[in-house]
Formats: sequence, structure tokens, C-alpha cells
Amino acid sequence: MIHKALWLSAASAALAAALTVSAQAQERVVNIYNWSDYIDESIITDFTKETGIKVVYDVFDSNEILETKLLAGGSGYDIVVPTHNFLVRQIEAGVYQKLDKSKLPNLSNMWDVVNDRVAKFDPDNAYSVNWMWGTVGIGYNVDKVKAALGIDKVDSWEVFYKPENLAKLAGCGVYVLDSPSDIIPTTLNYLGLNPESTSTEDFAKVEETLLALRPHIRKFHSSEYINALANGDICLAVGWSGDVFQARDRAAEADQGVVVDYVIPKEGAEMWFDQMAIPADAKNVDEAHEFLNYIMKPEVAAKATNYVYFANGNKASQEFIEKEIIEDPAIYPDEATAQKLFTVSPYDPKTQRVVTRTWTKIVTGQ
Amino acid sequence: MSEAVIDRENGAVAAAQGRSLAGRAVAAVVSRLVILVPYLWLLFFFLAPFVIVFKISLSQTAIAMPPYDPVLSLADGVSGLLEQLRQLSIDNYVWLTEDALYFNAYVSSVVIAAISTFLTLLVGYPIAYGMARAPASLRPMLLMLVILPFWTSFLIRVYAWIGILKPEGLLNQFLMALNIIDEPLIILNTHTAIFIGIVYSYLPFMILPLYSSLEKMDYSLIEAAKDLGCTPNGAFWKITFPLSLPGVIAGCMLVFIPAVGEFVIPDLLGGSQTLMIGKTLWNEFFANRDWPVSSAVAVILLLILIVPIMIFQSAQARAQEQER
Repeated sequence: MIHKALWLSAASAALAAALTVSAQAQERVVNIYNWSDYIDESIITDFTKETGIKVVYDVFDSNEILETKLLAGGSGYDIVVPTHNFLVRQIEAGVYQKLDKSKLPNLSNMWDVVNDRVAKFDPDNAYSVNWMWGTVGIGYNVDKVKAALGIDKVDSWEVFYKPENLAKLAGCGVYVLDSPSDIIPTTLNYLGLNPESTSTEDFAKVEETLLALRPHIRKFHSSEYINALANGDICLAVGWSGDVFQARDRAAEADQGVVVDYVIPKEGAEMWFDQMAIPADAKNVDEAHEFLNYIMKPEVAAKATNYVYFANGNKASQEFIEKEIIEDPAIYPDEATAQKLFTVSPYDPKTQRVVTRTWTKIVTGQ
Repeated sequence: MSEAVIDRENGAVAAAQGRSLAGRAVAAVVSRLVILVPYLWLLFFFLAPFVIVFKISLSQTAIAMPPYDPVLSLADGVSGLLEQLRQLSIDNYVWLTEDALYFNAYVSSVVIAAISTFLTLLVGYPIAYGMARAPASLRPMLLMLVILPFWTSFLIRVYAWIGILKPEGLLNQFLMALNIIDEPLIILNTHTAIFIGIVYSYLPFMILPLYSSLEKMDYSLIEAAKDLGCTPNGAFWKITFPLSLPGVIAGCMLVFIPAVGEFVIPDLLGGSQTLMIGKTLWNEFFANRDWPVSSAVAVILLLILIVPIMIFQSAQARAQEQER
């Protein structure tokens, strides 16, 4: 109280201009732009409690939206969370600044396995820190798939890629990500080809394979499948692991008898990494570093994972992660499965055009 | 009267005339300024953005911020600017003609928008007619009811249709409970769902102009027609409909123009096979990161939409002519 009174009288005696300056100096802020439904809110409040830095937290739901804001410039964010294949191109376009690693002592907690994989996109991990990572696999309604195919568990891409199988599932509904940069490499991998191939012949094979499946696919969409799976409207979706886990949780909460499961098929799957990075035009660079360092604390990273059911790239956090998550091979794949996971470099603009055009042909038949 | 007096009087009249001339000049300036406001509005919010989009459509993509090249600036002086202007080309427009995709997307968008507009007119006309013939005390409430859906977010209302139309949705459950159908109708993710979505979402834009033109109509004209032996049907087509034509045209424009570029409704309710220009534009802009080509697509779309607007304009001008 006395302190407050003293401070008040001192402040009232001070010049108005000086007051504003001191107020500005005291108000430390960090503006974060992350995916929707992607953080335990208490991490943010705890961070503010510990450091006094106010967090302005804003969310997006597609990499494309984030990228457009960043490329237009002056986004006003201090930390953004692009996926690796978008990150690499944005680094090239000069969107980000290099991290000041001297301000990030907790980098020592990070997992070399993830760092090495990400280094393909962000050499030396100079620009980004891993937030969460996952795979592109199959989410399915356990009972409906059993009724249609007579199997208890999906474990292979054949359930999706064999037209005779998919035809049986078409009645109850199949959704596929509307994302050529994920589905085309996944298809190449299933066909035993190099998932990173950019040859026209290989794309033609992908087109042929997917066109044979096309009549049995209800829709290509990158977010509707979460609700559709959770409500039991569809029986199978090729989608991002975390989204399927969200659907699984929502289905369990709703308690309508819908059971959703996710699998990384045995033929392998594409990995994705959501990376935290600091835009080049960020205003609160110090605060951004403090936040990055904070979320790399083992307990904090574990708390984040325990909330969203994604794997994180923090090795030291693993002892604090709940057993059902760390022991779930769909989230933390075992050694044999991990060997089969692959990453894909982004396409150059010319190939991207071919990819998008091929995709439009597959999706619309035009 | 002496000449001096007359002179004085003339002087006073001249002075008075001078004052009123000045007043008229001020009034003229003010009225010009008032007219200027809509022009300024068009300049800042239509022409300037259009020029920017048009300029981007003549650029080439680049991996940079912003993702196209050249970016016009005076950093290198006037000669630098001229050099940048020289780099602009119409390559992107040529590209649009080389792939049938764009042409098909434009055609399919226009067809979908035209069918939806016609359906909206079919649904909206009886509603507007009923409102216009309702007791005057009821009309404000009816108007309110038409506008009421705007209180809820457009996106949520379109999402709600997913719940109604899906195979296990309310509509199918209802029809199956009544034993009208045995198997759920597949409506969601088809063209039918898009038509339903557009008709539902744009209905108020059709009803409001129709209502305002129908409400102004003098109903003694219809009584006169009936007295002269015209059937109710004949009276409608010979009198009511022609008189409501400005409302019909305005309503159709208000529905057709946004429906052509509609993105949300086809994305949520339509199937993946629906090719519309909004989605094509989205692909160019977001998936290909090709701002120049997507700008070219947008410029062409604008040109396609200007044609019906001009037809509308000339129809209105003709209507005004007739009134005189």
C-alpha cells in the first residue's frame, strides 16, 4: 500500500509526457498468431504471471491465410506458427528473422530427432522452434468400418487406396484433405514411388490412382472432417493426426456411441511440423524470445502436449507427458513406424502449378 | 421622379441581383461538392483498388514480400519507375486463355448464379407481393422478419444447412418419419445444396427491392383491369409484373452479382466437383501463391459482371424516360 501511494504521488508530480513513456516501457506485450484450439490457455496466463508480459493471442485455421498475411507485410505479430513446408518458402521470401539463440537456453531440451528432420527445411534450426508435430494418416469410425469391411482395425493404406475397399466405404462417407501437397506425396509413397518426386509421369500415376477412387470420395475438404467424424456422418477420412484426435475427443465427450480412431498405416506416412518463428518486422523481439524460451521448459511443453494430444519436439518434456499419450504409437510412433515416416520439400512455383492443376482435375474432374 | 432616384433604384436592384448571383454560385458549388462525394467514394474504394489489382495482374510472381515483381516505387527516381512499368506484361491474361479450366469455371459460375437468381425470384416474388398487399399496420413487422436472419452470422446460417441437409440430417429424418422416402436423399455436397444455400442467403436482397416497387403500385389499376373484364392472371402479367419490373431487375442484380463470385456456399454445401470461379481464384491466390494470375482472374470476373450492370443501367434509364 505504501509503495502504491508513494508511486502514485510520484507519478502525479511527473510530467504527462514522462508518464506516457514510463507506461509504455512497463507494458510489455507479445503478439502471438497460432492455430485455433492449439494451446492450454493456462500456459498463457502462467507466462504472464511469471514474466509480466501481456500476451495478445490470435488464431488462424489455415497456412494459406497465415502466409498471405505475412507476405503482405506488417502483420503485427511477434510469433507465428507455420507448418514446415510453408516455413521454408517464407524463410526464402525473407519473412522471418534469425533466432537469437543466446536468449534461448532451453533449446538444450529439444529433441535432436525432430531438429534433424526440421533442419531440411530450416537449416541449423536458425529461424524456428518446434511447437508440435504429427502425421497424415487415416481417421476412421471403428464400428462403421467394421460393418463395411469386417476388420477390427485399419492398419494399411490399402483400405483407402484399393477401389474395391473404398467402394464399400463410400456409402457411409469418405473425406480427403483438400491439400495436394499432402495427398500427392502420400499417394506416391503408397505406390512405392519417391514421395518427393516431381516427375510428370509420377504425377500422372497419382492422377490415375486417385481418379479411380474419386467416385467413392464424398468430399475433399481440410477441416469439415473433424465434425463429420465426430458426429458419425462419415466413416473414414484421410487427415492430419491432431484433427482426428480432436474428433476422437469430441465424439467421446458427446457420448453418442461414435468411436473414432487414428492410425499411421504400416506403409508409412508424411510427417508435418508446426514451427514457431519470429517475423522480420516483429516489434517485440525480446518478449518473443522470452515466450519461446518459456514454452521450451519441459513442464510447459508437456502441459501443452497433454492438452492437445500432439507430439512435441521437446525431449526433456517426455517424462512429464501422460502415459496414454507417450505410449500411443499413433502419437509417438515406435521405432519401426518412425523409420517409415517421410517429409516432403516444397515444390518450386512451376511444379506447384502442375500439382494444383493435377489436383483440380482429380477433385472436379475438369 | 428624377433620374438620380431611378439610378439609385437601378443600383439597388443590380446590387440585389449581384447578391443572389453570388448565392446561386455558392449553392452550385455546394451541390457539386455533394455530387463529388459519391465520385470520391468510387475513386477511393473502387477505382483505386481496381488499379492496384490490375497492376498486380500485369506483374510476375516472385518469392518475396509481396510475392510479385515488379513492385512500383519511386526509390530509383522516375526513370526507375518507367523501367518497372516496362516489365509489366499481359502474359497472365494469355495464360488464362490457354487452359480451358478458367473458361469452364466462369461459365459454370454464371450458370449456377443465373439458375439461383431465377429460383430466388420465384420464391421471393410471392413473398414480396404478399407483404405489399398485407395490412399497412403489419408491413413494418413483416419487413423486420425479412431482415431478421441478418442478426445471425452468415457463416453460421450456412453451416446450419449442413445439419439440415446431410444424409442423417433433420430434413431426411423428417421425410423418413413421414414415410415419404425410404432412403436418405443425398442433397448435401451437390448442386441442389448450392441452390438452396444461395436462395436462402440472398432471398432478402430479392424481396426488399421487389417489395418497395410493389408497395408503390396503385391497386386501383388492377380494379380497373378487372372492371374491363381482365382475368386476375391477365391483370398480373399485364399490369402488376410490368410495373414491378424495376424491382425485379434490381433484385436479380443484387442476387446474381454476388452469387457469381460466391465462395463460402459452394465450399461448405457444394461437392468438390463444383467448379466455380471463386474457388479457382482461391486456388491461384492461396495454393499457387500466384497473386498476378489470381488478379487477372478477378479483373476478368469484374468485366463479366459489368455487362449485366450496364444492361441494368440502360433499363433504368429507359424506365425513367418512359415515366416522363
